Amino acid sequence: MTDAIAPGGLAASGPTSTPTRSQAQPKAQTKPGPVLAADGRPLKRSLQRALRAQRLRALALVAPLLIFVLMSFLFPIGDMLFRSVENQIVPDTLPNTVQQLQDWDANGSDAPPEPVFDALYYDLFLATEAKQHTRLGTRLNYERPGLSSLFRSTGRDIDEVGEQYQDALVALDPRWEEASVWFEMMSGGSGAEPDQALLSEARTRLYRLTSDDMSGEIGFIPSQEIAQILPLTSREYSAFAVFTVIEDDDVVAEEEPWEAVFFALAQDLQNPDLSAGIQSYEGPYAELLRNALSQVSSLPVIDLRAAFAEIDSDWANPANWETIKLYSGNYTDGYMLNAVDMTKSADGPVLKDENQRIYLKLFWRTLLMSLAITFLCFLLGYPIAYLLAILPLRTSNLVMILVLLPFWTSLLVRTASWKILLQQQGVINDLLVWSGLISDAGRLVMINNATGTIIAMTHILLPFMILPLYSVMKTIPPSYMRAAKSLGATDWTAFWRVYFPQTIPGVGAGAILVFILAIGYYITPELVGGTSGIFISNRIAYHISSSLNWGLAAALASMLLVVVLVLYWVYDKIVGIDNVKLG
Amino acid sequence: MAALPPYASPGQRLWYWGFRAICVAILFFLIMPILVIVPLSFNAEDFFTFTRGMLALESSAYSLKHYEDFFTNDDWQQALWNSVRIAPVATMLAVTLGTLAAIGLSQPHMPFRSAIMAILISPMIVPLIISAAGMYFFYSRLGIQGTYWGVVLAHAALGIPFVIITVTATLVGFDRSLVRAAANLGASPVRTFFKIQMPLILPGVISGALFAFITSFDEVVVVLFVGSAGQKTLPWQMFIGLREQISPTILAVATLLVTISILLLTTLELLRRRSEKLRGMSPG
Repeated sequence: MTDAIAPGGLAASGPTSTPTRSQAQPKAQTKPGPVLAADGRPLKRSLQRALRAQRLRALALVAPLLIFVLMSFLFPIGDMLFRSVENQIVPDTLPNTVQQLQDWDANGSDAPPEPVFDALYYDLFLATEAKQHTRLGTRLNYERPGLSSLFRSTGRDIDEVGEQYQDALVALDPRWEEASVWFEMMSGGSGAEPDQALLSEARTRLYRLTSDDMSGEIGFIPSQEIAQILPLTSREYSAFAVFTVIEDDDVVAEEEPWEAVFFALAQDLQNPDLSAGIQSYEGPYAELLRNALSQVSSLPVIDLRAAFAEIDSDWANPANWETIKLYSGNYTDGYMLNAVDMTKSADGPVLKDENQRIYLKLFWRTLLMSLAITFLCFLLGYPIAYLLAILPLRTSNLVMILVLLPFWTSLLVRTASWKILLQQQGVINDLLVWSGLISDAGRLVMINNATGTIIAMTHILLPFMILPLYSVMKTIPPSYMRAAKSLGATDWTAFWRVYFPQTIPGVGAGAILVFILAIGYYITPELVGGTSGIFISNRIAYHISSSLNWGLAAALASMLLVVVLVLYWVYDKIVGIDNVKLG
Repeated sequence: MAALPPYASPGQRLWYWGFRAICVAILFFLIMPILVIVPLSFNAEDFFTFTRGMLALESSAYSLKHYEDFFTNDDWQQALWNSVRIAPVATMLAVTLGTLAAIGLSQPHMPFRSAIMAILISPMIVPLIISAAGMYFFYSRLGIQGTYWGVVLAHAALGIPFVIITVTATLVGFDRSLVRAAANLGASPVRTFFKIQMPLILPGVISGALFAFITSFDEVVVVLFVGSAGQKTLPWQMFIGLREQISPTILAVATLLVTISILLLTTLELLRRRSEKLRGMSPG
């Protein structure tokens, strides 16, 4: 309709092009060459312009709705589907650990080396301060049960690790306890070169961790010199400063630094490469630093591997580390694999244990039940559509009302009535007991299982089968059947060889429609399905509102959506989406 | 086969009546669950089945107490009020944008017609749970999750396919030369639209509006996710009632909803006849 434009039809299609054509013709007769319009332009271009204007007008009419649907419907869905591959939480919460882990061989039998634990200490300390460690634990728990409690318990005890250094340093000189001493030392006093890069690094680190806006004046800038001689300390102190001002609304110079800062200082002091720099430092409290350096041997030496293993022995288990390493990327296929009952391992994706496979089974059940519902709808819908097609118009209108009334009745009303009819003390069981077909003790269980879902959904979706079938059957001339019979066909042969093949488009349209609607159903299975009659949609809803595993919900939703969209595409090819009839 | 010919064989006779019996049974299956609700809603007891008294047609076995509960219970009244507040606004939004777009889509030179059509119909096809989840996350980000307007926008999006389908179907039978005639006589495009085109496609617009209305009025999945307690609609309240503990008030509500759907159906049928008459087709 859009592409095939006959030249004659074009002129008749809009008021703008009509005068152009009629006036152009006389000129075309007088002189050969390009046909010109009244204003002297070539007619072809003139027509194209008119056409373009029409197209733009049509687009302008559609544009508001298109934008509306994009904004309120399509973007939200795309946004949600994106969650199925998103994994920023791991690298955002443990940036240093993830980097250190890259060199660790997950196939080995040992927990990672010391530098990984160093990085983990700083990452986890900050995450605990920002109360983000439990979120990470929840995320990783989806992949390996037990990690949630590991992060939770570590978050509780991580303060104590640094306290040993804090106590030791304060024992050397009580000034280490004073917030103002720290502040002045780290900012390097007046006239020190400020290290803007380090500060903005700290802001970025905290922004990635908390997603809160970390810009804004904090009243502290580390000095470049101190950043050089005490790299870890100034890094941690900057993070502490940004967090103190922006998250806690406190003043940096008045707050004693975190244990992690003391820990960092001790590590810097214990690093032999840095001692020369500290010796020659001349800034504020240089003598305090030199004094600490001279007595560095009195500081305890903490083995972080042992310390973490003491907090929770799971840190010594390489399998936990393997999980962290496997899910350390910004994007992951982990949710998608989970949705098909697979899990990542160091050697690639593998199927889960037999007793943990649920989604493939659920997809399969959804598919089978949708097929059963579609088939039942066809079985029940075909005779009714046929009846509608052969009855005289007045009677068929009456029958049509019986079909349309359920169609127009609230879905919840229909589900409610099935719930009431099918229950063990319900009308159907009462009737069966009364008629003596079953005993009072042997009342049938027809609700809260697959039977209930199939009965209720067949009833709900039946009109969607009848209506397209009817619209096809209405167009089949009855003379074909008569012709077949007059040629000697029996009633059955005439139906099966002549009538039925002509109704196939209707069967296809109705079946696809019913199947598309059935496979994504949520309400009815939720209310009458119990545990054995639920669909994949119910699982998606469960993960969104109860288990809060949104990534997995999004992965399941993506798979369901792919199936539905393929069917939608097929439907569009066979029936044409604008041929959908409603009532 | 419409009527049995006098020369029909016994087998044909048997099939003729057998087929009709099957059809009656299927129609019974279709309509019975809806009708059975009506007498049960007048049950004087809190049972979901017919009591002996009801079967014996004793007047004491019937009562209006479930209806009374519906009209006096604050939860139900609030839910009803929310539904009444949300559905018409969502319908207006869907109909206004949808009708404009349907007219645009019916223009002879509409570019990307099938792609745009597929996008606009998609809210009807995409499983509701997926739409609901997407809207929940996205609307939370925009800060309209749990607000009145969030629910209205979501419901409008769900109603749009129905408006598009019904209005484009009416426009197929629309004689475009009428528009040109109006333009020829000097009417502006806006005047032509309201004086010529609108009255002729009005039946389609109204039936689209009814579909959009019932979609919103009947919708529960999206409102469960996008709404908050302040937007609890009638279907939401019913859903909770059905999932947790069935209260017989649901039967009264269901009966009222069935009445509404009968009214809607009647309106639609009248509209269809009028539309066919207007378009010069044989009256039904």
